[in-house]
Amino acid sequence: MTEYIYLIPILPLIGFLINGLALNRLPKSVVSAVACGSIGLSFVLSVILFFELKALEPSSRVIEQVLFPWISVGSFHVNFAFLLDPLSAIMILVVTGVGFLIHVYSVGYMSHDPGYSRYFAYLNLFTFSMLTLVLADNFLLMFVGWEGVGLCSYLLIGFWFEKKSASDAGKKAFIVNRIGDFGFLIGMFIVFWSVGSLNFNQVSSIAPTVFAFGGTLITAACLLLFVGAIGKSAQIPLYVWLPDAMEGPTPVSALIHAATMVTAGVYMIARTNVLFMLAPDALMVVAVIGAATALFAATIGLVQNDIKRVLAYSTVSQLGYMFLACGVASFSAGIFHLMTHAFFKALLFLGAGSVIHAMSNEQDMRKMGGLKKHLPITFMTFLIATLAISGIPGLSGFFSKDEILWKSFSSQSGHPIFWVIGFITAGLTAFYMFRLVYMTFYGQERMDEKTKSQLHESPKSMTIPLMVLALLAVVGGWVGMPHILGATNYFEDWLSPVFSHGEAVNTHALLSSTADSSMEWLLMFASVALVLVAIYLAYNFYLKKTSLSTAMKEKLSGVHKTLLNKYYVDEFYGAVIVRPIIYFSLFLWKIVDVLIIDGLINGSATVYNDISEFLRQGQSGRVRSYATIFTLGVVVLLAFFMTD
Amino acid sequence: MENIILTLIIFFPTLGALLLLIIPGDRKDSIKGITLIISFVTMILSFWLYAMFETHGLGMQMEVNIPWIESMGVGYHLGIDGISLLLIVLTTVLTLLAVLASWHSIHHNLKGYYFSILILMTGMIGVFCSLDLFLFYVFWEVMLIPMYFIIGIWGGVRRVYAAIKFVLFTMFGSLLMLVGILYLLYQYQAFSGEYTFDILKLYHTPLTFIEQMWLFAAFALAFAIKVPLFPFHTWLPDAHVEAPTAGSVILAGVLLKMGTYGFLRICFPMFPDATITFLPYISVLALIAIIYGALVAMVQKDVKSLVAFSSVSHMGFIMLGMFALNIQGLQGSVLQMLNHGISTGALFLMVGMIYERRHTRLISEFGGLAKVMPLFSTLFLIVTLSSIGLPLTNGFVGEFLILLGLFDANKVYAIIASSGVVLSACYMLWMFQRVVFGKITNPENEKLVDLTLREKLVMFPLIILIFWIGIYPKPFLEKIEPAANMVMKHMERASSVKFDEENSRLVIIDDSDAVLISTDYETIKK
Amino acid sequence: MTVPIDAYLVVGAGLFGIGVIGVLVSRNLIILLMSVELMLNAANLALIAFSRALNLMDGHAFVFLVLTIAAAEASVGLAMVITLYRNHDTVNIDRFSILKW
Repeated sequence: MTEYIYLIPILPLIGFLINGLALNRLPKSVVSAVACGSIGLSFVLSVILFFELKALEPSSRVIEQVLFPWISVGSFHVNFAFLLDPLSAIMILVVTGVGFLIHVYSVGYMSHDPGYSRYFAYLNLFTFSMLTLVLADNFLLMFVGWEGVGLCSYLLIGFWFEKKSASDAGKKAFIVNRIGDFGFLIGMFIVFWSVGSLNFNQVSSIAPTVFAFGGTLITAACLLLFVGAIGKSAQIPLYVWLPDAMEGPTPVSALIHAATMVTAGVYMIARTNVLFMLAPDALMVVAVIGAATALFAATIGLVQNDIKRVLAYSTVSQLGYMFLACGVASFSAGIFHLMTHAFFKALLFLGAGSVIHAMSNEQDMRKMGGLKKHLPITFMTFLIATLAISGIPGLSGFFSKDEILWKSFSSQSGHPIFWVIGFITAGLTAFYMFRLVYMTFYGQERMDEKTKSQLHESPKSMTIPLMVLALLAVVGGWVGMPHILGATNYFEDWLSPVFSHGEAVNTHALLSSTADSSMEWLLMFASVALVLVAIYLAYNFYLKKTSLSTAMKEKLSGVHKTLLNKYYVDEFYGAVIVRPIIYFSLFLWKIVDVLIIDGLINGSATVYNDISEFLRQGQSGRVRSYATIFTLGVVVLLAFFMTD
Repeated sequence: MENIILTLIIFFPTLGALLLLIIPGDRKDSIKGITLIISFVTMILSFWLYAMFETHGLGMQMEVNIPWIESMGVGYHLGIDGISLLLIVLTTVLTLLAVLASWHSIHHNLKGYYFSILILMTGMIGVFCSLDLFLFYVFWEVMLIPMYFIIGIWGGVRRVYAAIKFVLFTMFGSLLMLVGILYLLYQYQAFSGEYTFDILKLYHTPLTFIEQMWLFAAFALAFAIKVPLFPFHTWLPDAHVEAPTAGSVILAGVLLKMGTYGFLRICFPMFPDATITFLPYISVLALIAIIYGALVAMVQKDVKSLVAFSSVSHMGFIMLGMFALNIQGLQGSVLQMLNHGISTGALFLMVGMIYERRHTRLISEFGGLAKVMPLFSTLFLIVTLSSIGLPLTNGFVGEFLILLGLFDANKVYAIIASSGVVLSACYMLWMFQRVVFGKITNPENEKLVDLTLREKLVMFPLIILIFWIGIYPKPFLEKIEPAANMVMKHMERASSVKFDEENSRLVIIDDSDAVLISTDYETIKK
Repeated sequence: MTVPIDAYLVVGAGLFGIGVIGVLVSRNLIILLMSVELMLNAANLALIAFSRALNLMDGHAFVFLVLTIAAAEASVGLAMVITLYRNHDTVNIDRFSILKW
């Protein structure tokens, strides 16, 4: 079956072509059948391929499939080729699996939208791009998927294009991503001109021989690649597009801005782990940015009132965790959290979508409350996801988060400070998530009567995906249990061939500085305790004594305002970058172009014109004056010759 | 057939133009029909040429060399390599589309209009085929006159200003080029005793360094104005804004390429030392053009002038790619010439389509077109993305190769140039948002009809090409490779560079003392 | 006693001068034409004088040629004057400046 790898991305592409070219002419049932069917088939194929890969020896679990040579110029050769290995196998399972559920969910969620077939066409195109990204066997093809998902994100954020804020958000996402891509591109150039290839496997095997360990060039290359990851995965300072991206339909937020696309940066770093392992300084930067983003975004998430924005900042924060994991050279922990996060965050978004759907498109949590009894299934699944993201033991989020925290504490490239930041963030996460749950599902019903009368549980096509995801959010983490619980970490073992190259070049990066299992137990208990305290606080603040939260708000009004306005980062960018560029451009146009350059050109023309104007005076057009001049000329000539 | 195919392609449009002259001016349909047929047949001929072209052949193909004015050494010398081949095909395709696009938009003096277009076609194809400087110059000037009329007669409100500006700029450059040609002629005569305008022979003219510098400057100015390179670009926005759609398409699609083509065909091989010396200056100008064009494009209010400034930016990329002097840069830049022709041509065509409906090009007049013109909006998006250089569209392959090559040659340039990629997304998407997205605020936009069959036909080939080059650029890159290598081999005689065969790039040897170039005097005398 | 050639030439020069001044000064096209005639006749006088002094007939021949041309000139000139008068209602030379730029 491995010769059919190409079908995994191609099937959604076909779906896109059918729905895209039909231009709204197909009935809705056909559109959804094509869209869900194509990605469903992809998922089935992915599962089959996963098991085929599993049947192979761990060392030979690398399958490359070359479709055709793409660009070949001089010494530069790049193929259209796919690479299936344990890492990409995990990714395609997540992308097609979660993607399929979200497609099914969308059938219900978008059923009344006039742009139904356009929506599914975009969604399929996105799946194609994302699968290309994760299956690419070289940097350039990965870049194709990379930009492709950016495009789809642009289109889907701006899906309701008549809304200015939506198309603004789409444009912002694309442009901010482009800034990241700029770094990716340059990083790619460094890799190519040093290694002589862009193929991942070749780069992995050649890079250690051409780059000096920790050298400037490799550090620069990694940092530039990381700039790409920062843009795509919404890290400081390029995270600003993700909260705005919530303008898109909610399933899109679930698929693109939570489960798959935004994790592409993490995937990319894991994929190029050899390069990053060669550059410990770059790894340190990754860890610092990751940790900083995790904390920073979590603090903003504390006070937001829009249900989707809370989740968006939560996503940014969780992505920070993943980068923290990569930064401490624990790539498999990063990917593990990527996977569990895909389950519970997709579930949270879809649940939020279900709430918004029931609330007639109201997203402000201050107008919700008490939805528990109206939306029982949504509530149950949402609660499971919330428990998972908060890190309640036994659920998927607990295992992945715990692994990251432990690795950031214990590994050689980690530092206790990273653990502290991660620990605080875990508390904040539990707090804002339960704040969201209490404000939405518990307490008074604060919506108006009309909305209240229309409250209803979502249709089956929406609730079934919720339930499946809830199951995954519970059990998804069981494949990666920590060793101290006496279990086998299947996940880490599965991925180990992919990261073995990287570990070989930097052998001590991941070694534990403390192999003390009692320490591990202690830290684990500490974080669980903190989470429980945070939940209790949220319970007090937002359910039991809501006056407490208002009092707090007033007491810390300055902090609250700063947080509510997201630290004024958007305003800062606007004032420091966007507006100066616009003014500078206007200056270039009006002054340099029109006034100086054209002024010189037109000025020289004017000078000629003036000279001619002066000379024209002689041409009076009067015959008599011509005759006079003529006669005078004759006289002068005569006089000249006679005196000679 | 090999002997006459080029002649046929060049002069078939002229024949058609003459045929138009004998048709009464009021028979509009037959005039349009005949022009369409003529340009279609020319396009088919160019496809045939493409099929006959030997992909991996070195040197010139389909060569014809007949003495013309023997006493002066002027010859009718034609021949093509991969670079000219692709540009010829681009010319014929774009001209055909331009004819189709002006079907309903030209109302008066059709005969003169289509006559001009056909003569223009002859001039453009002639420039790309000429291997004789005299002939090259003749075609270069031939193409100027019809363009002058197209802008000046069928253009917009400020058409006369724009037309005169266009002609004066170009004339200014080309007269200096003429002086350069004559100097070159005498220099070659002094060396070999023979008068010749043959470009391939003139490659071997022995020139001192100072002479090279002056000659390079004379030729480069003519070409730089055509490209146009900052700061010689100000004719372009005016000409584009005022020209009718077809004029803009041909201007952006083909005429600008003549400048870059001239650098490759004449400046690089003839004055290699001067090229190396001027390299940093021209590169800096090109970098300025990239950033400057993009920034100024961002604040334009008129869609057409936005696209015009984006051309300035894109042509900067093409210049930089050539001056990277390695195979990636050169191939990328030739491919990008093609891509720019396709994408910008398509952009102008689409702007023309909404102009025909609304008779305005101001961005603020539009908005919400996605609602009333979904097909238009989709195609416009594809073309916009191709212009931005999104992967799997043509623009990406060209831009990527240029930047890849440039990075090898000069990392700082490459990094600065790459920022143009971000800026292009800014101005194109902002424009796209204001034109296509949003609510319909202007009631006049409510009743716009989507693309007609003719308009779909116009866009179809371009959309196909956008994806073809983006997904499978091999056939095009293959054609360019031998020609690009040839350019670098010709440059090898410069004292300051060495051709690195293995990596196909020119390596600049750092010896500032080398002032005189040691030309292969002896080999030519034999 | 023979009249010396100088005397003829002086008279001729005088006539020519009057003609030139007439052309330069007069605004009336007809007077202007007459002044031109005067200049021609001055030339004729000089030709005849030289012819007689040198005993050659060439001068006479030239004079006839000039007379013919003068007649032709006068007729064409007057015809144009009439046309101009019909179109512009004037024969004032200063009014005919439409060739000016």
